[in-house]
Amino acid sequence: MTDSIVIIGAGQAGVQAVASLRAEGFTGKLTLLGDEPFPPYQRPPLSKAYLAGDFARERLFLKPGAFFAEADCNLRLNTKALHVDRDAHLVHLENHEALSYGKLLLTTGARVRLIPVAGHDLPGVHYLRGIEDVDLLRPNLVAGKRVVIVGGGYIGLEVAAVAAKHGLEVTVLEAASRVMERAVSPLVSKFYEQEHVRHGVHLMLGAAAKHFEGHARVERVITEQGSLEADFVLVGIGVVPNDEIAGASGLTVANGIVVDEFTRTSDPDIFAAGDCTNHPNFYYARDNGRVRLESVQNAIDQAKHAALAMLGRPKTYREVPWFWSDQYDLKLQIAGLALPGDQIVPRGDPASRKFAVFHLRAGKISAVEAVNAAPEYIIGRKLIAEGKTVDTDALGDPEIPMKSIA
Amino acid sequence: MPKITYIEHNGKEHAVEVPAGWTVMEGAVKNRVPGIDADCGGACACATCHVYVDPAWKEKIPARTEMEESMLDFALDVKPESRLSCQIKVKPELNGLIVRTPKSQH
Ligand SMILES: Cc1cc2nc3c(=O)[nH]c(=O)nc-3n(C[C@H](O)[C@H](O)[C@H](O)COP(=O)(O)OP(=O)(O)OC[C@H]3O[C@@H](n4cnc5c(N)ncnc54)[C@H](O)[C@@H]3O)c2cc1C
Ligand code: FES
Repeated sequence: MTDSIVIIGAGQAGVQAVASLRAEGFTGKLTLLGDEPFPPYQRPPLSKAYLAGDFARERLFLKPGAFFAEADCNLRLNTKALHVDRDAHLVHLENHEALSYGKLLLTTGARVRLIPVAGHDLPGVHYLRGIEDVDLLRPNLVAGKRVVIVGGGYIGLEVAAVAAKHGLEVTVLEAASRVMERAVSPLVSKFYEQEHVRHGVHLMLGAAAKHFEGHARVERVITEQGSLEADFVLVGIGVVPNDEIAGASGLTVANGIVVDEFTRTSDPDIFAAGDCTNHPNFYYARDNGRVRLESVQNAIDQAKHAALAMLGRPKTYREVPWFWSDQYDLKLQIAGLALPGDQIVPRGDPASRKFAVFHLRAGKISAVEAVNAAPEYIIGRKLIAEGKTVDTDALGDPEIPMKSIA
Repeated sequence: MPKITYIEHNGKEHAVEVPAGWTVMEGAVKNRVPGIDADCGGACACATCHVYVDPAWKEKIPARTEMEESMLDFALDVKPESRLSCQIKVKPELNGLIVRTPKSQH
């Protein structure tokens, strides 16, 4: 067994790897490096309860300080890794220190995609990935202020919901023809568009920000369709993986750090997990099954697999992907990975604000999107894992209980 | 601060103080009580924060919501006193609450 493990990236995946390595019996030296000033924290509340101000900062932290002492893990915050020397098995830090490793785990996550338009660097243009972003954003949540949100994905829409509840004038620009296009079916997009409009959000589909204007700070957003006055702007147009360290050290990188089904990179002593990985996913039936996911589920489950692989007990990664999003009083829960061309089976009436959409491939459920519909989500997730052929008529009939379909 | 006692599957007890407004799940995680994974961090999305509420306390805790009820289907060894601990808010009236953690969350 290796005698020392270094983990770069103290987020959801990094902290899970610490817990799993110790639980699986690793007794060697363990170091967790994080470039943020905070101990590992959960990001989902950042665009939800924490933004709304309903959640104290310490509640975001994934583990109490004593956890790291008990796990005999050297947690080093404000510590950025700059370069990995694979031949010498050394991680070079920004402060010129070098740490040696037996095995190395990369859990560097992702960062926001910057918008490449004029005026992008004006004060008042915000992004949302970390605690500091929210702390800058939150003072703007004052009733009557005008916010333009660029991007109608999960994060843009979650912020829109919080801002609308706080009485702001909210405009959402989405370049595609529907919201959350990458993640959900048209039926679910349509439903969320109507909900946001009902809550007073001004939704502009097929509209992109061309540039931002203002003197000392952002004052308006220019689109093809005209100019929008704004007191501040939030940009939520996706993330890019933090894979540069891996690439620069010669590891294979392609939209993320390329790993195999055991979380191994192209170097036998280096592993990767979470948002930074491009991995083969059993539930993704295209692009050779390779995908990069941005979810708590993937970060946790890949980290558990990475711990086993580093300890010489590799286990095939085959967990059903799942995800959720909270907007207003609506809980969207998704399991599996849908593809264009899947058969769509809706269940329930969106007007009741409680319904689900199943995706089927060759008679088997490939994904489920459930809105305020936990039985559909839970049983859908089980059926995806089991890969059972289902009766589509029964699935589409809300009078037939989910339990009898399972 | 309300005191909550968590009893592990093997009988080991952890009596800790949990601030009002937090959840029973957070009380466990922040005090390193083993046996609660809480993968989703309290979003009622993972069902890995399953506990058994001591029968004496069952009536004092607001009933399960429909969402929690369904999510519990995902837990193992579900009993009438099963709850998702992230859905129980700590308040002064729950001072002395006793919950037990299951053998496994998966
Ligand atoms: C606002 C928001 C809301 C979200 N909501 C949901 C949700 O509802 N459900 C869900 O499933 N997922 C959600 N996600 C996604 C989820 O939070 C991520 O998928 C998850 O955090 C990924 O974990 P990770 O460990 O891979 O990366 P991260 O949690 O991003 O951790 C990576 C860490 O590594 C650090 N790092 C990077 N490079 C270096 C370096 N060179 N040296 C040292 N440290 C480094 C980073 O600063 C960061 O702290 C949300 C994300 C955001 C931003
Ligand atoms: S922590 Fe995930 S359901 Fe309670």
